[in-house]
Amino acid sequence: MTTTLGGGSLESAGVLAGSRRRQVREQLVRYLVAAAALTSVLITGGIVGSLLYRAVEFLINLANPPAVDLEAAREGIGFANLWSDQWAPRFYQFDIKTLLVGSVIVTIVAMVVAGPVGLGAAVYLSEYANDRVRKVVKPVLEVLAGIPSVVLGFFALRWIAPNIVQRVFVEADAQSLLAAGLGVGLLTIPLMASISEDAMRSVPRSLREASAGLGARHKTTTLSVVLPAAVSGLVAAFIVAVSRAIGETMVVFLAAGASGNSAQFTLSPLERGSTMTAAMASQASGTDGTISELSFGSLFFVGFVLFVITFTLNLIAAGFVRRVRQVY
Amino acid sequence: MAVMQPILDKKTSDRVRDQVERGGVDWASAVFKWSLISTLLFALLVLGVLLHDVITKSWPVLTDHLGTFLANPTRTSADETGVFQGLRGTFWIGVFVIVFTFPTGIAAAVYLEEYAPDNRLTRFINVNIRNLAGVPSVVYGILGLTIFVGLLNGVYGDVAFSRGNTTAAGGLTLAVLALPVVIITSAEAIRAVPSSLREAAYGVGATKWEVIKSHILPYAAPGILTGTLLSLARALGEAAPLILVGAVQGKLGPRTGFFELQQLGEKFTAMPIVITDLAKQPGDDWIPVTSAAIVILLLVVLSFNAVAVYLRNRFEAKREG
Repeated sequence: MTTTLGGGSLESAGVLAGSRRRQVREQLVRYLVAAAALTSVLITGGIVGSLLYRAVEFLINLANPPAVDLEAAREGIGFANLWSDQWAPRFYQFDIKTLLVGSVIVTIVAMVVAGPVGLGAAVYLSEYANDRVRKVVKPVLEVLAGIPSVVLGFFALRWIAPNIVQRVFVEADAQSLLAAGLGVGLLTIPLMASISEDAMRSVPRSLREASAGLGARHKTTTLSVVLPAAVSGLVAAFIVAVSRAIGETMVVFLAAGASGNSAQFTLSPLERGSTMTAAMASQASGTDGTISELSFGSLFFVGFVLFVITFTLNLIAAGFVRRVRQVY
Repeated sequence: MAVMQPILDKKTSDRVRDQVERGGVDWASAVFKWSLISTLLFALLVLGVLLHDVITKSWPVLTDHLGTFLANPTRTSADETGVFQGLRGTFWIGVFVIVFTFPTGIAAAVYLEEYAPDNRLTRFINVNIRNLAGVPSVVYGILGLTIFVGLLNGVYGDVAFSRGNTTAAGGLTLAVLALPVVIITSAEAIRAVPSSLREAAYGVGATKWEVIKSHILPYAAPGILTGTLLSLARALGEAAPLILVGAVQGKLGPRTGFFELQQLGEKFTAMPIVITDLAKQPGDDWIPVTSAAIVILLLVVLSFNAVAVYLRNRFEAKREG
């Protein structure tokens, strides 16, 4: 005698669902994996929460400085300290624009390197290279991507600065924003290349064939058909690379040459300077054990500003990526 | 029979014939192609110069006293200093990433690909994970400093005089940092599993977990392993978050063994931090030891990378073939 599914007795339904133990196990697994996925939300909450909490705490301390800090400061402390001509938390100089401009200089230098090189590499890999070339070239970019930033920091400080920066610009300091920017640029090349390549590969083949069929040269097809079609993705790649360059810490910490955690406002890439990230690292590695809560709190304030900037950039980039997906 | 109209007028067709038959070199195309190739050569050159630079500078240390360099703790003399504590810290951070991040990340990927309904919450989690992957590493340091250091200070108290700036805090911070990339790459690997595989397994009466355990995960394993190894390599090379969490730069106190669990509650350093500290020393005396430490870190990090890339290429070739 056989039981068919259509027979529909309650008994057979129970058999199909499995034993009680099996059901419990299924539920347990479901909850476990769901909990794992929710930890990511928890992490975001932790990051945003701790940044907001400590940044607000810093601003409150700045508005109502603790007595210890008031005695130490030569002049009064207040929000005016957020706008002067130097970043030196030890002396209650919290000029955020010094760091912002430093970050912008480093990022511009980095993108001057990583933009064309990353894009060129991507165009070659996507439009010109055959499989054999790709098999050799891709790993090179992957090795470059795998090099820790602290290593590029050392390279920027001990090789790029003396051999490139100081030879081209004799008046440049031994440590400079330019050297740091070049190091960050090298670090950003693989990221720029891989996202741009993905963008160009998602351009349908039929577009290229149509172009070739009309008699366009390979170069013309690449420049006038593939690149315009991939432009959203390329913009996204550029923005993600900018966001990465702004957030890069170790290269700037080692090669930009802010001594201690203090930097003068400068517009020149040839001088020493600091960025948001380097200021955070310097503040945290300060050997001064008696440093005040107010000075140390500047770290969180800078961290909050950095987070808001990179988060906004990433959201914009995600928007561009979505546009690519909608078109094709 | 219809009269064939020429598609091009005489003038244009002559010009085209001229261009085709002239047989000259297409300079514009050649210049374009070679400028593309030069960008790749530039990347290759940078890599070559970098590796050549650190290897030649580190050569005296690597050939002369590699043994003591690996076994010695950080010291204040360039000739005697070593990377023992850095290696130990990096080892334990790797353990944290493997123990916490790998299972959590893979489980989260399984949920997102196999269980999650297509609703607002799921979309939010997905967007959230992508954003987390773009958060600068130094910001993860703030998370570690505020939450893990505080928590662990409560656990270990002042007994270890570490104020919570412990190996455990550093390890947890980097475990969190590596999580988004593990989730994203694992989810991609799971998404690539053919649905026929799932359907076949369901068809013979397997439950969801049985399908995942014995079909989806084994099929996706190479992809997952590649992603996890790459994120492990990235975590081991990170310095910025550890600086914020309070990794010791410079001399580090009493020495415990490499594998002693007690180490988790004590002050710590790691290879990238040791390199940072050595690189910041003024003068040229410290360049050989800095380069030697870099070579050792590169060996560790790049070998994980190499295994990951090898695995991916091998399985991609197999599946295509």
